[in-house]
Amino acid sequence: MSTNEIPLWEVFIRPRNGLSHKHCGSIHAADEVMALQAARDVYTRRGEGQSIWVVRSADIIASDPQDKDELFEPTADKVYRHPTFYDIPDEVGHM
Amino acid sequence: MTGTMTDKEMLFEYVLRLADDHLVLAHRLSEWCGHAPMLEEDLALPNIALDLLGQARALYTYAGEIEGAGRGEDQLAYLRPEHEYRNLLLLELDNGDFARTMLRLYLFAALMELFWEAMLSSKDEMLAAIAAKAIKETRYHVRHSAEWVIRLGDGTAESARRMNEALEDLQPYCSELFETDSVTAFVAKQGIGVDPATLEAAWQADIAKIFREARLNGDTLADGYQTGGRSGQHTEAMGYLLADLQYMQRAYPGMEW
Repeated sequence: MSTNEIPLWEVFIRPRNGLSHKHCGSIHAADEVMALQAARDVYTRRGEGQSIWVVRSADIIASDPQDKDELFEPTADKVYRHPTFYDIPDEVGHM
Repeated sequence: MTGTMTDKEMLFEYVLRLADDHLVLAHRLSEWCGHAPMLEEDLALPNIALDLLGQARALYTYAGEIEGAGRGEDQLAYLRPEHEYRNLLLLELDNGDFARTMLRLYLFAALMELFWEAMLSSKDEMLAAIAAKAIKETRYHVRHSAEWVIRLGDGTAESARRMNEALEDLQPYCSELFETDSVTAFVAKQGIGVDPATLEAAWQADIAKIFREARLNGDTLADGYQTGGRSGQHTEAMGYLLADLQYMQRAYPGMEW
């Protein structure tokens, strides 16, 4: 079996209801059905998940590392965007 | 030999058969650990093996309680001679290639899904409880193995050839899955077990559906002729399997960890 026939998939797991899916790794699988099974077998063996998303790695559009200065550098001196200037009441809980 | 058994002996025999089925297939699947064609299956197959081993442990422990002779799960699993094992011959055969491994798993899991569903309403509380845990695991085993059977059967020329060869190899052993005798008649009458013959039509129908997608011909699955596992007459493969399986308990009797 060549790797062309078994593409790479990115795996996202939601650990609990109310939390969002988080990227946890990647697997190889021939199609989406097998990808879900492989993700289940590889990444949820210790009760890590309630829900799984898989996405073909090739379908992810990623930013170019060479653009990182123009994309991310300008935010470095804008501390006023961080919500650190007021207190969040405890009752608000997880944000 | 089943003619003179007491009720207790019949129940013991019934539970032991189930336990042996699960232990032996768990052992075969565990042989793939570190050898599977891809990392994903290297985890998937031992995952399934561990499910089956967990089911076997519960069944052995219960069998030991029924017997009441002080034998626990380890004694029953590891310290009997070959002719006292009661597993289906299908399950002890060598893994062969990946196609044969998956087809065997599918043939057995498809039966166990029907079996555990029926056992949910067993009058034996312990068996019903084991069924409740096993059914969820078994549904995944069916799903996983069926998807592979479809993909290999309807895959490349090479994978289709291997899947057809696997079917030819395993077909003779399939009728044994539905054998009945005084033990199965007893547990069915008592409402604590299932007469395997009652599951055959549904099993054939489930398999036909998957085989259609897999472009496999399952018409001869009912024409098996190999038999003997339930009375301890095993294939050549069994001795080698037990030599591996029993090594630790034979070399270090009573060992625990």
